[in-house]
Amino acid sequence: MRRDIVLRVIAKLIIPFMLLFALYVQFHGDFGPGGGFQAGVIIATAVIFYALIFGLPAARQLLPEWIVETMVASGVLVYAGVGIVSLLLGGSYLDYSVLAHDAVHGQERGIFWVEVGVAITVSGVMLKIFYMFAGRRRDEDNG
Amino acid sequence: MSFASHYSYWATIVLMIAGLYVVIARGNLVKKLIGLGIFQTSVYLLYVAPGKLIGGTAPIIAEGYRTYSNPLPHVLILTAIVVGVATLALGLALVVRIREAYDTIEEDEILRLDDEDGS
Amino acid sequence: MILDHLPALQVVLPLISAPVIVLVRRSRFAWLMAVAVSWVAAAIAVMLAIRVADAGVISYALGNWQPPWGIEYRVDPLSAFVLVLVAGTAAIVAPFSRISVVAELPREQEYLLYAMFCLCLAGLLGITITGDVFNLFVFLEISSLSTYVMVALGQKRQALAAAYRYLIMGTIAATFYVIGIGMLYLMTGTLNMADLSVRLADVTDVRPILAAFAFITVGIGLKLALFPLHQWLPNAYTFAPSAVTAFLGATATKVSIYVLLRFYFTVFGTTLLFRAMPTDQVLMLLSLLGAVTASLVAVFQKDIKRMFAYSSVGQVGYITLGISLANTSGLTAAVVHLLNHAVTKGAIFILIAGITLRTGGASGFDRLKGIGSRMPFTSFGIVIGGLSLIGVPGTAGFVSKWYLVLGAIQRGEWIVAAVVLASSLIAAAYVWKFVETAYLTKPDESSVKAGEAPLPMLAFAWFMVVLCVFLGLDTSLSVGGARAAADFLLGGLR
Repeated sequence: MRRDIVLRVIAKLIIPFMLLFALYVQFHGDFGPGGGFQAGVIIATAVIFYALIFGLPAARQLLPEWIVETMVASGVLVYAGVGIVSLLLGGSYLDYSVLAHDAVHGQERGIFWVEVGVAITVSGVMLKIFYMFAGRRRDEDNG
Repeated sequence: MSFASHYSYWATIVLMIAGLYVVIARGNLVKKLIGLGIFQTSVYLLYVAPGKLIGGTAPIIAEGYRTYSNPLPHVLILTAIVVGVATLALGLALVVRIREAYDTIEEDEILRLDDEDGS
Repeated sequence: MILDHLPALQVVLPLISAPVIVLVRRSRFAWLMAVAVSWVAAAIAVMLAIRVADAGVISYALGNWQPPWGIEYRVDPLSAFVLVLVAGTAAIVAPFSRISVVAELPREQEYLLYAMFCLCLAGLLGITITGDVFNLFVFLEISSLSTYVMVALGQKRQALAAAYRYLIMGTIAATFYVIGIGMLYLMTGTLNMADLSVRLADVTDVRPILAAFAFITVGIGLKLALFPLHQWLPNAYTFAPSAVTAFLGATATKVSIYVLLRFYFTVFGTTLLFRAMPTDQVLMLLSLLGAVTASLVAVFQKDIKRMFAYSSVGQVGYITLGISLANTSGLTAAVVHLLNHAVTKGAIFILIAGITLRTGGASGFDRLKGIGSRMPFTSFGIVIGGLSLIGVPGTAGFVSKWYLVLGAIQRGEWIVAAVVLASSLIAAAYVWKFVETAYLTKPDESSVKAGEAPLPMLAFAWFMVVLCVFLGLDTSLSVGGARAAADFLLGGLR
């Protein structure tokens, strides 16, 4: 597939829009269907698509394994961190209302960061799973 | 209370039993996971279907809308789907490792190889 | 101020430590983190228990969404008891685990085991503390998924097959549980346990509720290895890394039993439990069958880890028997045996971890001949633990059996009392098997050459052994806590 010019060109055209759409789904989640989980999966899909067309080594160069693992861990930390911050600001755990000057803004801010955490972790996990399964056959062939 | 008015429950039950049957009856480890997936999917339906009111919208208060669907089942099932994905990924990862260790993914052969190991 | 947030911190601290461990990826740091977190968790659990004893039930609204709409964390005498049990076990297992983990796992997987250990701890604590039935499912799956990974990290290839089987059984169990609470939700429109118990009173005899009850019983029964749903347990315990076996053996099934207690006595209530359905008779029969059969099977095992794994299934039978008696003595026996069995099995599995460290992973009886003279402290510790499993006076096991038999006699179930005593004799048979191998057989060339297990390991194991004897002699703390929990459970009944 690596030599197929049509696929390569179209992939390069589509992938930026996939990522953009992921961002739309992420930030429009406040008003419509969407949110961190879906956005994370779309981000991962874009990278997986890239890997399918340009090969796994290229994708691993783009997003090395250690970055993916860091994403998995740091997303959870962002989520939990929101809870800790609200604890420190005097609310109960994950009480978003204390995060801003009034409850409504606080709720929005809390949800925003939680969804960011979710998106990071989900895309990390999806990529990790993909790398895990896609990488195995390759190792076998080489060995 | 006719048969047809409860078709979503019937679909749930059929999926549930079919999934569980596949898990129990198949010896192939991947097929077992597929059965498990079907079994879990039936639960998603069990939750989501009763949460929907025909003609109901998302529960956002606005002019001209009176009936709202219950959003809670969807949230619960989103969580359950994530759990299901994690389980499936872990199960498949285990199958890959089992294949490397035993060179088979048939349950009876694995049991035979375990017996030969003497434990 | 921070004291008000202890219920949240109890779960959140272990939960956060897992990603931190993954970020740092150093095995030594991972171990230190796991030790620190489990000690802090144990301290929090003890503080919560003291507060509950002083001031009554603690309710914590997560995200400040008030129950029954939001998720509620609820600490009452029973959950405080189990919290101390789980966090305490983790605090004992984590420090010594490094010795055994370094010997058994490849270096690059060590941090992963500790990350999973922290996740599992968070899951088990979460199950115990939450007052929301769906939140309980999420924590159940967190602890289960991390357990599958930990089991799969075992040295032999059978560990993979055992983890796979555990995954299939565990997922079926969790799905059954979700089906059950789904039906409860459809009938009542609430997921909060306290709210459920109020609303269920109106619809006790409706068929979906009975079906939900059956689904939840079977699902949790699978998780707690209720005979005949115990098939996943022996292999999982046998092939998991030794430190993991010590942790799981003491906590995993105990937390599931807690869930069963919670659903039976807090959510459903005895009207449904014992009048609408013959739960007590079914549970009693299965418990007795489990206690006798699993102990019999244990006698014929060739591997010491596997033998004590089967013994765990039998011991779980005693606990569920106590639940089925449904009077104060029976429930006290069930709750106190949660603790006593955890201490006993924890001690035994830590000592076995010491043995496998010296044998290079083997735990078959043929390698243990004459081990009594090579590893005197280890062997003697196992013997004391074994005496507690039998229920010899002066050990923790005796206390549980005493209340169990008392509960049976109070109900007029003389046959049950007799079967309990008879099954103790079977336990004596398998413990004798170890004694015979360790002390009365001459070592041959295949048996262990090396000496005693490392000192830190022995120290922690003997702490548990001494605790095991202490709980047999001074019962004020254990039985006191258990009786408070039992009274609380029975007091919540209508």
